Amino acid sequence: MILSRRASGNVLTKSTREAIARIGLTSLTLAVLALFLIPMVYGMTTAVKTDSQIAKTGAPWWPARERTFEYEGKAYDVYLVPVDGEIRELALYRPGRQSSLFIDPENPAAGPFEWQGQWRQLERVWQLDIQWSNFTRAWNTINFPNLLRNTLMYAGITTFGAVLSAALVAYGFARFRIPGKNILFMIMLSTVILPGAVTLIPTYFVFLQIGWVGTWLPLIVPAFFSWGTNVFLLRQFFLGIPRDLEEAAQIDGASPLRIFFSIILPMSRPALTAVALFHFFWAWNDFFGPLIYLAGHPDKFPITVGLTAFNNLYSQSTNLIQAASLISAVIPIVVFFFAQRIFLEGVVITNIEK
Amino acid sequence: MAPLPELSSVLRSRTAAAQRRKLSKLEKKEIRWGLFFISPWIIGFLLFYLLPMLASFGFSLYDFNPAVPDQARFVGFANWQRALFQDAEVWLSLRRTLHFAAISLPISLLFALFLAILLNSEHVLGKSVYRTLFYMPTMIPLVATVLIWNGVLNEQTGWINVIIERLTGIRATGTQGLRWLADPNLVYYAYTMFGLWGVGNAMIIFLAGLQGVPTELYEAAQIDGANWFQRLIFITIPLITPVIFYQLVLGVIGSLQYFLAPFVLNGGTGFPEGMTRFFMVYFYKQSFSFFSMGYGATLAWLMLIIAMIITVVLFGTSRLWVFYAGEER
Repeated sequence: MILSRRASGNVLTKSTREAIARIGLTSLTLAVLALFLIPMVYGMTTAVKTDSQIAKTGAPWWPARERTFEYEGKAYDVYLVPVDGEIRELALYRPGRQSSLFIDPENPAAGPFEWQGQWRQLERVWQLDIQWSNFTRAWNTINFPNLLRNTLMYAGITTFGAVLSAALVAYGFARFRIPGKNILFMIMLSTVILPGAVTLIPTYFVFLQIGWVGTWLPLIVPAFFSWGTNVFLLRQFFLGIPRDLEEAAQIDGASPLRIFFSIILPMSRPALTAVALFHFFWAWNDFFGPLIYLAGHPDKFPITVGLTAFNNLYSQSTNLIQAASLISAVIPIVVFFFAQRIFLEGVVITNIEK
Repeated sequence: MAPLPELSSVLRSRTAAAQRRKLSKLEKKEIRWGLFFISPWIIGFLLFYLLPMLASFGFSLYDFNPAVPDQARFVGFANWQRALFQDAEVWLSLRRTLHFAAISLPISLLFALFLAILLNSEHVLGKSVYRTLFYMPTMIPLVATVLIWNGVLNEQTGWINVIIERLTGIRATGTQGLRWLADPNLVYYAYTMFGLWGVGNAMIIFLAGLQGVPTELYEAAQIDGANWFQRLIFITIPLITPVIFYQLVLGVIGSLQYFLAPFVLNGGTGFPEGMTRFFMVYFYKQSFSFFSMGYGATLAWLMLIIAMIITVVLFGTSRLWVFYAGEER
């Protein structure tokens, strides 16, 4: 009885209910995604707007310029004009207080004609105008090649150092019996959440004393001494590698260092790639270190600091700021699209298994 | 850790007494190699963590400007006294920091969890595409994110206000409208919005956590007649509390060091009405604008102490709400 009542009470079949859930949830996700990416679309749209559109209130949201019409060698502004109950696009030939002369761009041969009303109340006609050249303008104004070279150099060298040192340390933690190893490992993990400020001032002072402030060295050198999260990820990976190959090599008399370079590293390519990506993106994004150590040396700025300085100087040129911001994001986004699987797996390992 | 293979083959051919000597020699060799491998970290830890941390405390006892190091003056706990009892800005900036964290952390964690639940649902089509697109803004350098949002939240021309105005008819643009970055009541929500563009990591971690929930539990609950919402509240959420806890700890520590957005947007002036002069901004001002590094070191140590207190408190409460599989609650 109960069973049959339940069955009849459910008007919708299972497959219909699933279809409704599917449509509902997929459109919900799409809607959230659209909201989420609105600023991106805003950035792209604004980046290609003309300077005059940026400065005008009442301009359309899409990149456009105010339409003009050329008549007898001169350009006249085009307005939306109500004529006999319909809105027409007419060029203002001679403005007047109570009435003005207009030309119909569709039919210029007819010549100027009079329109009764105040032209200042009229709205301009806009036409699509995409200023791709804003990207080159931003590129040149901000001296992007220089920022890019600095950032690539910084990201490249420190990524190499971070991966190499983290791999060495992780191998040490994964394979060797060292007294107090677990305590050392716990200390290493706890440095991950140590607020950076607490070590900053003495470090800055020492770097200042040895003449490194104003150079890249204070930013590059520490990267060669391994960071906790990277070590953690690589150690997890090394622990999963069976020891057979290492044992065989050991019997053949290979030293641990040789084993590390010729067996372990080649086998760990995915994990090394993940760590390299983490560090690369981190360095690309790094702001506080370069801000402090490179203050007053704009020729050495990375993109992040250069972009901030640019924003302070050109805060009115919203279009160029948006263009420069988008340029700075291109490389990380492209790298991410190609390497996202390895990268996202790495995110999960470092954060979940800890 | 299992003994090295070399060891075991050697052991077999030796007498017990010789064994012990040989073992210790090999053990020493292993320790030496191990220390060699971890030496980058040990050196780095000493040079860039332990010594600077201790030195930082030493600095906090001095009145000290790096431009004129020979004029450094030992002042005992005067800096500490100033930070704890005299300088109201210390506590104000700390309060602002915690106020902002109390708004932004729950919103961003809930948003990440919401996205993870959506992307984990069997009913959503094309999940991997959404995952990539929701993650993508996390890749944009934070400075660029802040500048893009600064534009979109512009009170006059920003799309957020324009869209709100078109959809609801409420006047959102202009000086009487929603002044996201200039209104002290709105600015933390505006900053929280930029933060949502960094939702990617938390989303991926929550997603992995959700995928780790055993399906048998859902099946059992379904047989018992639990609906979608009950399953979420009584199975999913409790099982991923460790992940939530971990994100919360990282989030709080990160909030204490929140610096970039206020610095990029207003150079650390605290606009509007000092609301964005957070603790780290104040630390930066003291240390690198005024170069009073003795006082800066004091503020840094204060930050460490506060971070430790918060972490200990969070770990203390974790016993009440974080669920670890295989343990009594």
